[in-house]
Amino acid sequence: MHGYDSYKQEIDDILKSHESMPGNLLPILHAIQDSLGYIPGESVPVIALALNQSNAEIHGVISFYHYFRQTPPGKNTIRLCRAESCQAMNGKALEKYAQKQLEIDWHETTSDGQFSLEPFYCLGNCACSPALSVNNEVYGRVTPQRFDEVIASYREAAE
Amino acid sequence: MIRVFISRDSTALSLGANLVADNLQKVVADKGLDIELVRNGSRGLFWLEPLIEVETASGRVAYGPVQTSDIRSLIDNGMLQGKDHPLYLGDIEALPYFKDQHRLTFARVGKTNPVSLDDYVAHDGYIGLNNALSLTPEDIVKQVTDSGLRGRGGAAFPTGIKWNTVLNAPGEQKYIVCNADEGDSGTFSDRMIMEGDPFVLIEGMTIAGLAVGATRGYIYLRIEYPHAYVALNEAIQSAYERGYLGDDILGSGKVFHLEVRRGAGAYICGEETSLLESLEGKRGLVRFKPPLPAIIGLFGKPTVVNNVISLASVPIILDKGGDYYRDYGIGRSRGTLPIQLAGNIKYGGLFEVAFGMTLREILYDYGGGSASGRPIRAVQVGGPLGAYMPESQFDTPLDYESFSAIDAVLGHGGIVVHDDSVDMAEMARYAMEFCVEESCGKCTPCRIGSVRGVEVIDRIVKGIQKDKNTTLLRDLCDTMIAGSLCAMGGMTPYPVLSALNYFPEDFGINVDADAA
Repeated sequence: MHGYDSYKQEIDDILKSHESMPGNLLPILHAIQDSLGYIPGESVPVIALALNQSNAEIHGVISFYHYFRQTPPGKNTIRLCRAESCQAMNGKALEKYAQKQLEIDWHETTSDGQFSLEPFYCLGNCACSPALSVNNEVYGRVTPQRFDEVIASYREAAE
Repeated sequence: MIRVFISRDSTALSLGANLVADNLQKVVADKGLDIELVRNGSRGLFWLEPLIEVETASGRVAYGPVQTSDIRSLIDNGMLQGKDHPLYLGDIEALPYFKDQHRLTFARVGKTNPVSLDDYVAHDGYIGLNNALSLTPEDIVKQVTDSGLRGRGGAAFPTGIKWNTVLNAPGEQKYIVCNADEGDSGTFSDRMIMEGDPFVLIEGMTIAGLAVGATRGYIYLRIEYPHAYVALNEAIQSAYERGYLGDDILGSGKVFHLEVRRGAGAYICGEETSLLESLEGKRGLVRFKPPLPAIIGLFGKPTVVNNVISLASVPIILDKGGDYYRDYGIGRSRGTLPIQLAGNIKYGGLFEVAFGMTLREILYDYGGGSASGRPIRAVQVGGPLGAYMPESQFDTPLDYESFSAIDAVLGHGGIVVHDDSVDMAEMARYAMEFCVEESCGKCTPCRIGSVRGVEVIDRIVKGIQKDKNTTLLRDLCDTMIAGSLCAMGGMTPYPVLSALNYFPEDFGINVDADAA
């Protein structure tokens, strides 16, 4: 099985388990992204049908929220904080450094599929800026050297 | 067994607290020693994290900041007996940063195991709810009104008045919604409560439900806080199991159900009506007001929407009484504010004090000046929509009215510090850029104004028709302030205008020459 067939059952299960929940669209989208890493375009009409809404409405919600993604992410997602507190601690230099080291821009994935880079606006780690997170782990006071160490630890973990 | 505390707070984790905890367990096991490791919230003194506290016969003794390489020498030097070491700090509550605080809302954070209901109850938890169960809804609301508590999310609307509106709104179904979409840069007090003492929020929401007759609550939590999500859900589950939530709260027959819903990275969803749209499963478009959410809120029903800190301050008010809370603070700003010191600051962290301290005391007495050692040039209080304040305003006392008198805002109590390397024109541009990125797009001043704002600032900085464009930027800001539907477009001009007014030289504007 590949493509839609490979995750049809998962999406059907998610829709079923959220059936009676009021305001269930965001929880459904989260459940799909938690499980697949993104929200496949093929799932939009399926969700729309289940919720008795139009494809446009579902697509509108997915695209409104920065967190939801419509393409598969890299193995690890790096979220770099761009907000004021991190800027006050050389965050902009770190952004440039990260992009250079990974050889990608925002919203892109490295050619080996290891890392995706997403801008974030505040991880709530502002007393230890600049901050980034990899998957669900937050890192504070990130210098270029620490950035390299963190990235290396995930590369090693992957090997 | 010796109890040892290492924080599970995100910031402590971001500095390696898990590695320290793992390493400690290993070293202790190697030596055949036995400890009970408690993962507590953070004390908020982040330059000392990862912090280890050991419970000894003479009280808790702290060591920090600890790296994994320190563990062996700590153990060998008798850390488990509270002995001396270069990282020895003694009683953390005796440190100046800690001892002069008024920890009402944060009383338990850093002391207890956040997800232990027994620990919560042993440290005065659920006294407020027990009191509330014997009061009429009107009397609960009266306590909150008497306390003088105002919305800690930033808008500072009196909480008691909001509750009273919902109490008196007709409706079979009402809701309590907690705004945990703490998106402002420089703020993390909501996160620290949710990670460090989630039961206090659960208790506050339950009391709010009793007060207004709401049987269901939602915590709208930003996706950026995965650790808070875990802690909240663990705590909610225990509260259900022990009868503090559900269909019969502590045998009273009262009903309150609570659920955490995750946001999805939209800053605008911190605006209450946009948040409600999002909870309903829609795009987070701002609603017109009126009607107020208190009348027509979630799913069209009367709804209390309060910030995390507002709700987490309710238990102590119902425990000690509205008067007790009101006795802290100055003027019309009653009670305490958890202040969050962030950005370029030496001693960053959170401390809770009564309203009234000056910015200068906070920045220098608590904060110890900038982290870089360079002079502090500007601070932004109240998040990305807050004004930049120059040194000449550092004697402003922290209270809502003093700040609004100088076109600044206290907001959610976050303070981001910039040293003299900051380019304020760049910060002004960023404020507009952020509004472009995060505007919901419903109203024109915000959606289009922010785009034009970026362009106009660029022209000023490039020196293209400087005077004309500066006038245009001020006009544009006026339009955004007066014409936007919500604070996103309506307050983005605050950082822009304050940067322009107090730091014109960064825009290449020669003040003397212009005045001549």
